[in-house]
Amino acid sequence: MIYDKEHEMMSRRELEQMRIERLQATLNRVYRNVSFYRNLYDEAGIDIGAVRSLDDLRRLPFTTRDDLMKSYPYEAFAVPLRDIVRIHSTSGTTDKPVVVGYTRNDLNIWSSLVARVLSAAGVTNHDFVQVAFDYSLSTGGFGFHGGAEEIGASVIPYSGIDVIKQIQVMKDFRTTTLVSTPGYALHIASILEEEGMNPQELNLSIGLFGSEPWSENLRKDIEARLKIKAYDNYGMTEVIGPGVAFECEERLGLHVNEDHFILEIIDPQTLEPVPPGTSGELVFTTITKQGFPLIRYRSGDISAFIEGDCPCGRTIARIERISGRTDDMIIIGGRNIFPSHIEQLLFEIEGVEPHFQIVLTREEGVDQIALRVEATPNFLAFDEIREVQNFQETVGRHLVSKLGIHAKITLVEPMSMKRSTGVKAKRVLDLRII
Amino acid sequence: MIRIRNLESGYGKLKVLKGISLHVKPGEIVTIIGANGAGKSTLLNTIASVISPFSGEIILKGTDIAGAAPDSIVSAGCVLVPEGRQLFPTMTVRENLILGAYTLYGSKRGKEADENLEFVYKMFPVLKERRAQPAGTLSGGEQQMVAVGRALMSGPELIMMDEPSMGLAPIIVRRIFDAAAALRDEGRTILIVEQNAKAALGIADRGYVMETGSIVLEGGSEELLGNADVQRAYLGKDYKDFTDMGVL
Repeated sequence: MIYDKEHEMMSRRELEQMRIERLQATLNRVYRNVSFYRNLYDEAGIDIGAVRSLDDLRRLPFTTRDDLMKSYPYEAFAVPLRDIVRIHSTSGTTDKPVVVGYTRNDLNIWSSLVARVLSAAGVTNHDFVQVAFDYSLSTGGFGFHGGAEEIGASVIPYSGIDVIKQIQVMKDFRTTTLVSTPGYALHIASILEEEGMNPQELNLSIGLFGSEPWSENLRKDIEARLKIKAYDNYGMTEVIGPGVAFECEERLGLHVNEDHFILEIIDPQTLEPVPPGTSGELVFTTITKQGFPLIRYRSGDISAFIEGDCPCGRTIARIERISGRTDDMIIIGGRNIFPSHIEQLLFEIEGVEPHFQIVLTREEGVDQIALRVEATPNFLAFDEIREVQNFQETVGRHLVSKLGIHAKITLVEPMSMKRSTGVKAKRVLDLRII
Repeated sequence: MIRIRNLESGYGKLKVLKGISLHVKPGEIVTIIGANGAGKSTLLNTIASVISPFSGEIILKGTDIAGAAPDSIVSAGCVLVPEGRQLFPTMTVRENLILGAYTLYGSKRGKEADENLEFVYKMFPVLKERRAQPAGTLSGGEQQMVAVGRALMSGPELIMMDEPSMGLAPIIVRRIFDAAAALRDEGRTILIVEQNAKAALGIADRGYVMETGSIVLEGGSEELLGNADVQRAYLGKDYKDFTDMGVL
């Protein structure tokens, strides 16, 4: 279902006018209210009045996570703190986190955007939506909670804690919709299998997964093991949280809420826009947010615009599913390798699970890749060293032939790798000193 | 109905509008709120070609009218109800109204003007009663009705109103805004510039907030009424008391 036909199906001409108006108003606000942006533009000698079209946005400098970290905690807010009614923040695995403030209007808009995401996946007011993201400083839990309430669904705010109790609640409360990371869904599937539970005992029919890149194979796997239809969605705390882009029932890419966000896709090296179909870094400008607007923010996420209309009738642009992050990207001998490609490949190899860690080291100037992969339960007898070694070599050959990666493979015990819960899985350990 | 892009305008070397973009869809009431001196009247006067723009586009029903002759803009269906009514006080109410149909008489469409006059009298019966009176003898509210009525005489699709509530008692303001809503309901499009943000947002579908020649905020009326900045700047400190009393 299309939650907001007026805006999701707007004519491109009307949409463009609306985007220009909102962009100009946002620029006027940030210039007046946020010293970071005022200094940025003044020092570069840029007159924001010169932004007369969406293309003119390119005249403005990019902003990065580093810029925002310097504004920690509240310096980049564009309204007085008394107008802020909610504060979230990035997880801050490195350095200082980015703190994001929402006004009451921001929260209303946020809920309406997540409502689009849920509606597009077929969620209605008849559904029981179990949110297995943490209700915390991160945006997943509260973002989906607001959106599900907006469409009148019954929200079960469970968070991403105890998976056994999660399943119990899911069963007892007749949950129809699971909202989590794809990794957590997989975890639920494994527990069900371990406990000998048939997924049909649950009422689950829809899953909305996001906050980490996941492959088509992982989708098929989750769908088969949980007997659900799985939808991808994309969001980012700095931009708003969930509600930035989402799959519709066609699942032919993710629709971007273009009436609230201007998305550019650039080549991360040349910083020039890339044509549709070509992967690049997503760069976001928010055009309705009041508490914490972003102008040309380099997300580090990688995707590509999809050309042509979606059969669903939405006119807003589509992007491919996120294939990775610029900062996760491994460059080996000039080749760009995405962890999600490795995940995709591991699905095709019998005997291993798509749970893995990439360890990068540099020995005498040469990059070395080690891949720790979890073995499928009962597939190998781990006491047969020779058997294990042979199998490791087989996996290694697959990596060479499919991805051109020469990696040292280490099989690890089933269920020994850390599962992602509400937190993003850290799948690359880069020990190189560059 | 009307789509404005990057409009710059002003007086002599003084740039008042610093790149305004906005639009009004057919059948909408859109309001522009802002403090005195924000450039709201300059915007309407530029659209009506009372003053000429420095640059930018004003697309009325697909045609760029930026800087066109004022009467051609009226003929294209866009009229201005100016700030402070601007009536001829010694002329009668009827004569003032007839002046609004200037473009029709000029193109031998006097019959349409007669119909429009009947429409105005139906909308504001008091004007029919006082049609032979000098306009200057009318109350402020009645004079505002004459100003609106005069604008309707050319049968416009887009009616621009500049501070229609100025100097009027709240109950009269209500009547004028009800008239605007009635015009919208019968298919006209309305752009209102107002300092009385509460009254304007009360009937408008959407609004823009203007500050020193730039638009700093846009959104649905409810959204703007709920915006803390708007409340502080344009709805007055006692806004909260109003909401508590259930007035809004």
